[in-house]
Amino acid sequence: MAVNKMTSKEVTQKVFNKEKLFVFDVRNESDFQDWKIEGDNFQYMNIPYFELLDGVEEILDKIPTKMEVLVVCAKEGSSIMVAEMLSYAGLDVAYLEGGMKAWSEHLEPVKVGDLKDGGELYQFVRIGKGCLSYMVLSNGEAALIDSTRMTDVYLDFAAEKNVKITHVFDTHLHADHISGGRTIAEKTGATYWLPPKDATEVTFEYQALEGGNDVKIGDTSINIHSLYSPGHTIGSTSFVVDEKFLLSGDILFIDSIGRPDLAGLAEDWVGDLRETLYNRYRELSDELVVLPAHFMIIDELNEDGSVSEKLGILFAKNHGLNIEDESEFRKMVTENLPPQPNAYQEIRETNMGKINPDQEQQREMEIGPNRCAVR
Amino acid sequence: MEATKVLDAKGLACPMPIVRTKKAIGELESGQVLEIHATDKGAKNDLTAWAKSGGHELVKHEEDGDVLKFWIKKG
Repeated sequence: MAVNKMTSKEVTQKVFNKEKLFVFDVRNESDFQDWKIEGDNFQYMNIPYFELLDGVEEILDKIPTKMEVLVVCAKEGSSIMVAEMLSYAGLDVAYLEGGMKAWSEHLEPVKVGDLKDGGELYQFVRIGKGCLSYMVLSNGEAALIDSTRMTDVYLDFAAEKNVKITHVFDTHLHADHISGGRTIAEKTGATYWLPPKDATEVTFEYQALEGGNDVKIGDTSINIHSLYSPGHTIGSTSFVVDEKFLLSGDILFIDSIGRPDLAGLAEDWVGDLRETLYNRYRELSDELVVLPAHFMIIDELNEDGSVSEKLGILFAKNHGLNIEDESEFRKMVTENLPPQPNAYQEIRETNMGKINPDQEQQREMEIGPNRCAVR
Repeated sequence: MEATKVLDAKGLACPMPIVRTKKAIGELESGQVLEIHATDKGAKNDLTAWAKSGGHELVKHEEDGDVLKFWIKKG
């Protein structure tokens, strides 16, 4: 039987379409427990490849024959070996091209809405890691928000759409992934905006992003209005785009809220987080569509793969927005925190320009799930 | 640490460091030590887990620049 190759893009479509897939993960157990390919209708089996070196006969009856089978490992080599053994034994299986490394880096652009006068807003879903970045397009120009280090994806997309990237924003100094903002700004000549309170230690030039700044994209003036919204970091800033969308960064997610501890002490910023979520955001229109910088679980994806919800609905349903008692809120966001993201200090230093790891090191630093939220 | 045998797995990508290690361990007597040099970063977790599941003992591990060194005592 043939050994097929499946790309991250193909697996992403299966996640979006809620298709079935049998994921046979041959990484070691701790890596699998920490982070794996998530899909609503995916089934899993984890047996490390090094336990299969003598053959796969003993596990053949554990592999379904009426379901697509995808063998997955860290970088592809071991999954090819195991897939070939299974294939030799008569099974029809595929391996994941590039392994979890490629899965972690895959970005899927999904259109989330039309803007006035023909403008468009795209969300780039980093499906393997849960990072969301955005491109606002209007009349030949584009703005990019919270871009990842896979800069070619955005540059190619902009070229395909025939737009010039003129503004690049980061809502805050990221701790879970390496920003592509600076590189893209250098390559395109765009202005790179950062909240100055998060950027006190950066080693490069940037444009200070303050609450109340308005930036126009294209000559039809899609308005990007910034709103100071501290709490995840001291500088965290949100954007209201075209008076229709609220890009909430790492402050508010669909089913969770931002954690206040990645750039300092949770106790210091919990008050800011409360103020942002319970006062500043309350003053905004319920009709705004919230577009966060992350999703945590696959259930947060909409039918089309996008991640968004109206602010009014989040006020009704998001647990983190419905804790009346301030001390209870304080307790939840300071005591109930998930482990911190892999290498988050090094990631922050990279985003400040203090260290310059090569591509392979950057990959290693970003391994694993993002952990920017508390539920 | 006195090794009976040294395995150079530098430059090899997963799964080869473990494939070679398994073969080399097979040629040793119980209680003898295999020293492994690898550059694949995944080798650390995988060798540790492999040694454990195979009843061998990872007695020592160190990093020398880009080279990961392991000493495994055959079980």
